Amino acid sequence: MSAPTELLNVQIDGVWYQFKKGTRVIEACAQAGKFIPHYCYHPKLSSPGNCRMCLIEMGMPKTGPDRKPELGADGKPVISWIPRPQISCAQDITEGMGVRTDSSLVRECRHGVMEFLLINHPLDCPICDQAGECHLQEYSVEYGTAGSRFLEEKVKKPKRVELGPRVTLDDERCILCSRCIRFMKEIAHDDVLGFASRGSHTYLTAHPGKRLDSNYSLNTVDICPVGALTSTDFRFKMRVWFLKETKSICTSCATGCNTIVGSRENVIYRQTPRENDAVNSAWMCDYGRLNIHYVNSPDRLKFPQVREAQGLANVSWKTALAKAGEELKQFQRNSVAVVASAKMTNEELWLTKKLIDSLGTVYHDVVPRAGQADQLLMSADRNPNTLGAQLFGITSEYPGSKLREMTEKIASGEIRAVVALGEDLTQIGLAESDLKKLTALIVVGILPNETTRNASVLLPACAFSEKRGTMINIKGRLQRLNHATLAPGEARDDWEIIRDLLQQLTGSNGIYLIDDVFKEIAETIPEMTGLSFGRIGDHGVQLVEESEDAQPVAMTV
Amino acid sequence: MVSTIRTPHPREKRIIFKNIDRPGWTNDIGCYLHDGGYEELKKAFTMKPGQIVNEVKLSGLRGRGGAGFPCGVKWGFIRPGGTKPVYLICNADESEPGTFKDRYIIHQDPHQLIEGMIISCYAVNAQLAYIYIRGEFPEGAKILERALAEAKEHGFLGKNILGSGFDLEIYVFRGAGAYICGEETGLIESMEGKRPYPRIKPPYFPAALGLYLCPTIVNNVETLCNVKHIVRIGGAEYAKMGKPNNTGTRLLCVSGDVQKPGYYEFEVGAITIGELINDICGGMKPGRTLKAVIPGGSSAKVMSAKDRYKLKTKQPDGTMAETEMGLEDIPIDFDSLAAAGSMAGSGGVIVMDDSRDMVWALNNINEFYAHESCGQCTPCREGSLWMKKITGRMLHGGGVEQDTDTLKSVADNIAGRTICAFGEACAWPTQSFVAKFRDEFMGTAHKKGNGNGSTNS
Ligand SMILES: Cc1cc2nc3c(=O)[nH]c(=O)nc-3n(C[C@H](O)[C@H](O)[C@H](O)COP(=O)(O)O)c2cc1C
Ligand code: SF4
Ligand code: SF4
Ligand code: SF4
Repeated sequence: MSAPTELLNVQIDGVWYQFKKGTRVIEACAQAGKFIPHYCYHPKLSSPGNCRMCLIEMGMPKTGPDRKPELGADGKPVISWIPRPQISCAQDITEGMGVRTDSSLVRECRHGVMEFLLINHPLDCPICDQAGECHLQEYSVEYGTAGSRFLEEKVKKPKRVELGPRVTLDDERCILCSRCIRFMKEIAHDDVLGFASRGSHTYLTAHPGKRLDSNYSLNTVDICPVGALTSTDFRFKMRVWFLKETKSICTSCATGCNTIVGSRENVIYRQTPRENDAVNSAWMCDYGRLNIHYVNSPDRLKFPQVREAQGLANVSWKTALAKAGEELKQFQRNSVAVVASAKMTNEELWLTKKLIDSLGTVYHDVVPRAGQADQLLMSADRNPNTLGAQLFGITSEYPGSKLREMTEKIASGEIRAVVALGEDLTQIGLAESDLKKLTALIVVGILPNETTRNASVLLPACAFSEKRGTMINIKGRLQRLNHATLAPGEARDDWEIIRDLLQQLTGSNGIYLIDDVFKEIAETIPEMTGLSFGRIGDHGVQLVEESEDAQPVAMTV
Repeated sequence: MVSTIRTPHPREKRIIFKNIDRPGWTNDIGCYLHDGGYEELKKAFTMKPGQIVNEVKLSGLRGRGGAGFPCGVKWGFIRPGGTKPVYLICNADESEPGTFKDRYIIHQDPHQLIEGMIISCYAVNAQLAYIYIRGEFPEGAKILERALAEAKEHGFLGKNILGSGFDLEIYVFRGAGAYICGEETGLIESMEGKRPYPRIKPPYFPAALGLYLCPTIVNNVETLCNVKHIVRIGGAEYAKMGKPNNTGTRLLCVSGDVQKPGYYEFEVGAITIGELINDICGGMKPGRTLKAVIPGGSSAKVMSAKDRYKLKTKQPDGTMAETEMGLEDIPIDFDSLAAAGSMAGSGGVIVMDDSRDMVWALNNINEFYAHESCGQCTPCREGSLWMKKITGRMLHGGGVEQDTDTLKSVADNIAGRTICAFGEACAWPTQSFVAKFRDEFMGTAHKKGNGNGSTNS
């Protein structure tokens, strides 16, 4: 039981409000609808108060000779204003505090800071990646002036500095806010960045002998308020205002960091973190962030194919599905195996379970992917939805524990047909020769590999950004994927493919929309009762009580 | 160090500088002890720490580092019985242009400082203290190291000093050559091994969250030396020197266009600017007249000899009344100089005669501040270099009509809006020079020189 939070009275621009004790002045103002411009302040980092953009007028209640606050005609405390402007980013509100966010002094201060920040700035907006999402640009419009009084030469600083493998620095654009330094020190715990030299000649650099090569380095690019830090991967690829932003989640590990996918005309250009304190705060790892380019690969599987005498040939979806159905009907029960993926969505896994049930096979599992957990965000489980695969019975408490038996039986010829959903069977210990022995190999996938090349029926599917669906992260949080780009060629949404395979075996099942699938799940799985895509929202829903010892599931291959 | 040894002027009152240039005086502990050294420490140990703090409060001693904050009040911020260790740091960074007093204490009378420090540490219960000495004083650092070793050999430092039960170690910490390390929170950051970026206040008031976020007292060399004399004569007696709210003596460092520049010690407010220049320093150079005075180190606002100043003074009947006076009549004390629109600052009195070009003088100061700004906060970082570039351009024949106003407004946009008082330190010279000598600045717009109007670097 927590004590009721104490509320404090604060006057902002003449109006009295109540805020929770412990609220920063700048946050209180924001809550009152008074945005205070700032550069160095970041709610997830310490407050150095260096940019001076958030200066406001502040006052404290005037106390009379009896040491009690003097009250005005309105019965409210009279405020005695501090003559000097104060920063609003580093102080919490106090009882009876007064704040002026729009006085002539405050406007003068912002004006002055804007001018100072711009005099030595290169103003190369036309070729700057940050243009369009740059705080210097934004605040120039609101708080700056059109003309310049600066008649001198600008300070020259290093340009195109490779701070690390993924981050490029332009020191002339840097406004020395120290956000990147603080992020690396306070969040990434890899204190490699710092300032060198002094005064206006100060520049950002990596400490001698150090590189910005942390797996979290690209977060510095996100929080850099200007175009000083750019992503070496993204720079000069696309103007940001052309990017369509789609809320999504990263599917490169079980953490499920919340993201924004930036795409234009079906091409993903970047992925950036989206704040969610229950999952990833405001950050994501570089590995996950950059693991998007395969989506745009020219090798993507685009057409359904079936094996003919000369090899795989393009056919219509109808033909391919019919062929798959025909093959599956021949090999029922334990002569058929289903190798599914913990990268699949809940909806896909739900339908997969139905497929497994109608085939009547006991041979089904997912392929585990294990890595090192890093104490920050990255989970040892590199599959995004192992919990979903467990919840729907595709795998057990020990994902992958059945794979050995399955591969042995495939190699020995006991299992003669395999449905491979998004996984390459050569990655679970089978040789190409084993695959060739199979009478039927029905493959759903997005990129070519040994398995797709040996398919009897190949069904091209969607990457994470091309479909809707839900996944459950390592902490039991149900989250949504959203549709950002279109699949290439004739590739189809995975859930539809699995539904159609199922229909080949069982006839029409009345599922027409992915929402229908989710509805069925919500009606069956107690943890999901009452949920819908809409109810999950942008930040997900916790399905099971979050436990501190939520460990990645054991890996046994 | 070569110094011309001069006998003190009869109007001086040498307490802190008693031993400076004293014939036969050496800076070793033997000489100091022979002269009654460390007797005040023994006396201090007969008092309770709180009593010493009270005596210092009673004395009215104000900080000699620049801001003039009452020393006893500062010490009173340290809560007795706290759980964190208390540190005391002696600020020997002496970098304010025009200031050269602390170095003489360090070179010639280090034990006076050490004794003052031990007493101060006992008063605030600091068991670890540092002397932060500027990097450019390698000789001073050596002298202090030796003096500390001597003090330790004699049992004035270490465990259970003189049987008092009080333990103390003092270490010398050398700076690396940056003016901002004299700012107390920049100094603390530097001691913690970081860039000397001054801290924001609140919350980082040293007395609450200082070195390693423990309560810390930072005092100037001269301030700490005074503590010894307060213990010797008592706070009330000390307060009789000088005038109310401006007690004790003050070391003045006179530089510039006078016949006899140098260091002097007077009762606070006992002499006027004119008396200092004419009676003590031998007057202006031959044929020259007084143009301006910067009374408290380069950060202090310049005062013009042409201006009239309105000050409240005590009348013969004891009442206070506003009197108008010239620059030379202003007494040198904290309150008078503040009332006259400048400050007593660090005690560095810079005198300028009629041959001085004020644009040149301001540019010289601006070069210093542009070089020394730590670069942490926007207005000071960008403004200090901008001001320097403007005065540089004006000086080299590239001045334009609007420069004077631009200069003033740049300075106005710095003062009061920065993390530390360096903002004021770099803005005040420009604000005051431009206000007091506007015609000279405006004149550069029409003066053609050899410059092309732009300044690099
Ligand atoms: C930019 C700047 C430089 C300073 N340099 C010095 C210095 O060199 N020596 C000094 O004693 N105080 C200096 N100070 C003042 C210190 O911050 C601090 O106020 C002082 O050491 C306190 O000692 P006091 O109370 O004994 O004067 C400086 C202040 C500023 C803002
Ligand atoms: S690079 Fe960007 S984040 Fe880092 S200090 Fe400069 S402006 Fe701030
Ligand atoms: S931690 Fe995991 S979910 Fe988060 S960005 Fe990295 S790979 Fe993606
Ligand atoms: S005012 Fe100047 S010296 Fe002080 S913190 Fe800011 S930039 Fe540094």
